[in-house]
Amino acid sequence: MRQLVRERAVALGFGLVDQTKLVTAASELARNTLIHGGGGHGEIADVRNGARLGLCLAFVDEGPGIADVQQALQDGYTTGTGLGLGLGGARRLASEFAIESAPGRGTRVTIIRWR
Amino acid sequence: MDRIPILKMGEYLLVTIQVDMHDQLALQLQEDLTERISRESAAGVLIDISSLDVVDSFIGRMIGNIAAMARVLDADTVVTGMRPAVAITLVELGLSLEGVHTALNVERGMALLREKVAARHA
Amino acid sequence: MPSESPRFSDLVARHESQLLADWFAQQKASRATRLDLIGEAELEDQSRRFLRAFRAALESGELDDISRPAWDEVRDFLQEVSRSRAMQGFRPNETASFVFSLKQPVFALLRQEFAKAPEELAAQTWTLSMLLDQLGLYTTEIYQQTREEIIVRQQQELLELSTPVVQLWDRILALPLVGTLDSSRTQVVMESLLERIVSSGSEIAIIDITGVPTVDTLVAQHLLKTIAATRLMGADCIISGIRPQIAQTIVHLGVDLGTVVTKATLADAFAVALKRTRDSRTHVIEGA
Repeated sequence: MRQLVRERAVALGFGLVDQTKLVTAASELARNTLIHGGGGHGEIADVRNGARLGLCLAFVDEGPGIADVQQALQDGYTTGTGLGLGLGGARRLASEFAIESAPGRGTRVTIIRWR
Repeated sequence: MDRIPILKMGEYLLVTIQVDMHDQLALQLQEDLTERISRESAAGVLIDISSLDVVDSFIGRMIGNIAAMARVLDADTVVTGMRPAVAITLVELGLSLEGVHTALNVERGMALLREKVAARHA
Repeated sequence: MPSESPRFSDLVARHESQLLADWFAQQKASRATRLDLIGEAELEDQSRRFLRAFRAALESGELDDISRPAWDEVRDFLQEVSRSRAMQGFRPNETASFVFSLKQPVFALLRQEFAKAPEELAAQTWTLSMLLDQLGLYTTEIYQQTREEIIVRQQQELLELSTPVVQLWDRILALPLVGTLDSSRTQVVMESLLERIVSSGSEIAIIDITGVPTVDTLVAQHLLKTIAATRLMGADCIISGIRPQIAQTIVHLGVDLGTVVTKATLADAFAVALKRTRDSRTHVIEGA
């Protein structure tokens, strides 16, 4: 997954810092999908807005879902043993961030980073 | 299973992380290092991460944990060689690794460790 | 009716050289062609290549929508022309006139062929007029896109130019910041500062904010991030050039600069940095 994100980011001409931010965000979200969502899948796509190019990543699971999304986004909030930086951190590393989740209906997190 | 080698140099332990860190590998290193610090009564630990192109919150937390555990075992920890892109990303992520000493490269890191250990024994 | 009359693609095929000559003359006569920016040979080559692709697309008979696959080659070619014109400094109308100037020779050809069939003439004229309008607008769209790309690139270059990192002394860097610090600039600033720390092996970076007009919470946050990243690399920061009113805002806003060393002037900061690098070196020698 990391390798794939890195390759796409390089292909789109992202600088080293942006590549690193994207790969790190992907790593955070993939871990969430795996640990809290009980596994799922990732999607990767190029996006364009006028002259701006971006990379869009989505992580989807069919796990228990998140009851209180606002709370989950807060730094330091964790249901596991982590630091609680994953979701909020990934949001700060991305240009755009969206999360859809409901208890029992899984979670879908989508991020875009513009070049 | 893969393990990250820990080298002993005098009263210091040296770790160079050269592979992509998977969570299991990171946890193993944390366990191995604390065990070695205690067994060798090491005065300091140097962790070189100049080969890592990604450090996420999990690895960051592992580094912070190692430093905290080492302190309890009376040893100082220095992390060396963090790449600029990694440093910028960690800050954005909200991890500033308080309580971990840092140095630009292994040579400066060793000098800093000696300084810290000397100050403590003085 | 249309099946009996000659198809326009056949017309073009038959009269291609005449059409090209008329079109080329038309373009040369027009001020919009900007022969000061583009050579005659290049223009003629462009015209010939366009007509060839245009004729091939016409053969498909799909004259109502240029987004169809039959028009791929024409669109690709127009993209190339618009891009190069946008770079060469053409204005948008001058770029679009490449296609629009084809109208007159095309309509002349139609009048010549359908002189005795006014209904057919009107129908064909309408179809081709619509078609050429679409192609002309397409060049404008691409032109716009290219200009936007140029602006984005220039912004990036400007950003990089506006953040000079200077080596003041062995192991001491200075970063004089001028202007406001937004998040995209902060990333560029951080990146060039940290890269320079690595390449020069510096221990201390002095960030001089004399040229920063205001320090609000956001700017302060960006400064603190830069300092945190510098520390992660194993170097330290000193902030200098804090004017009295900025000191006041920092306190009013409740910004916590924590353990950051701050000095009034770059000279003061430099003195501190010199002392610190000397100290650290004596330590190294004692320890070794």
